[in-house]
Amino acid sequence: MTEQNITFTLNGEQRRASADPRTHLADFLRHGLGLTGTHVGCEHGVCGACTVIVDGVPVRSCLMLAVQVDGCIVETVEGLAKGDELSPLQQAFSTHHGLQCGFCTPGMLMTLEAFLRGSPSPTEQDIRIAISGNICRCTGYQGIVEAALAVVAAKASSS
Amino acid sequence: MKAPPFQYHRPQTCEELGALLANLDNAKILAGGQSLMPMLNLRVLAPDHLIDINRISELSGIRETANGIEIGAMTRQADILASPIICARLPLLACALEHVGHIQTRSRGTIGGSCCHLDPSAEQPAMCAALDAEFVAVGPNGRRVVAAEDWFQGLLQSALDDQEFLEVLRFKPWAKRHGYGFAEYARRHGDFAIAGAAALLEVDSKSAITRAALLVFGVEPAPRRLRGAEAVLIGQTIHDITFAPIVDEARALDPMEDTHVTADYRRHLAGILINRALGDACSTSERSQ
Repeated sequence: MTEQNITFTLNGEQRRASADPRTHLADFLRHGLGLTGTHVGCEHGVCGACTVIVDGVPVRSCLMLAVQVDGCIVETVEGLAKGDELSPLQQAFSTHHGLQCGFCTPGMLMTLEAFLRGSPSPTEQDIRIAISGNICRCTGYQGIVEAALAVVAAKASSS
Repeated sequence: MKAPPFQYHRPQTCEELGALLANLDNAKILAGGQSLMPMLNLRVLAPDHLIDINRISELSGIRETANGIEIGAMTRQADILASPIICARLPLLACALEHVGHIQTRSRGTIGGSCCHLDPSAEQPAMCAALDAEFVAVGPNGRRVVAAEDWFQGLLQSALDDQEFLEVLRFKPWAKRHGYGFAEYARRHGDFAIAGAAALLEVDSKSAITRAALLVFGVEPAPRRLRGAEAVLIGQTIHDITFAPIVDEARALDPMEDTHVTADYRRHLAGILINRALGDACSTSERSQ
């Protein structure tokens, strides 16, 4: 199939690229652009590892075609840190042991990043529901929930 | 796995969409992609043409009209859930949507996509059946309105033909103060339900039931209204309902069986869940008095 040209904003930078229409966004980010931070788990929308933010909302990038982000704003885990400085959420994951093998981490981070922007003061239950679409097989969620709660608490005390 | 090759089309208007559907063979419409994309990735389907309708803005939106509420087929589940109009006037739908997938799937998934795919355990088409929604289909011969009871043609089979697309769903909200209840059982939050149920009630000033809708879904290939039980409820007061005939009707269905769940277990759940949904509908109608 012929590739199609797409133009979109990726982590704040304008990008032009071409993609085969059948390539899903996660594969395109990894193989087309070399951004391997976005992980591919199940490829049928169950595990959440491939979660990225498109036009401000969290989506499963295995369930979206690369050609569909033409004209969109895409954010991936690579866009969170500023150089070597981790984002507050990434730092909290580190502090609270929110990751172990790291496979689910990019998806967890992007889900929580999008969720916390829209819900600045969630309860622990809200956070658990928000990450219910992201499967972790080793850390066990507790550290992840604590990391999210720490970010919420830090924001509340600084405002 | 990876999706098989296809030709990609992205119409901007319903007119363009209609023309594509009329001219292309073996074409599939891509709505939110939360069911179709997995099926492509798993190679359950291999369409020659994929028609992406995500850029057709006239297909999305929630409107209050003189006759009720219209929800465009491409309206995202997250937007329906966040809509004050839906929360106030179709609370059953809002309640059910909280059980649909997760935030990452509701941000893309659409009500029309789910209603055309028709997974037996999908909450949205089931709530359309409970609310007697009307499905507006557009095809080469123009628009036609399909009643909820005619929409479901069997497992994964809607009344839509190959050249038609679903444009909008029309709802007639129940009385301002009506009772509603939703219950489902899934192995994990957000998973496809093994079975589910919904109930709607209108009651008079003496708490006597004047109108009722009862439904179970995920049990048979299509959602099932319990018409007999609905009739039995009329005239009973919400404090003194005889549940036995209702549970009996739910358990008289012919449930599906799969590798995880036996027909007997689905039958058992149907009874439990309709009981819970009706109980919640009684409490919400009592609270709204």
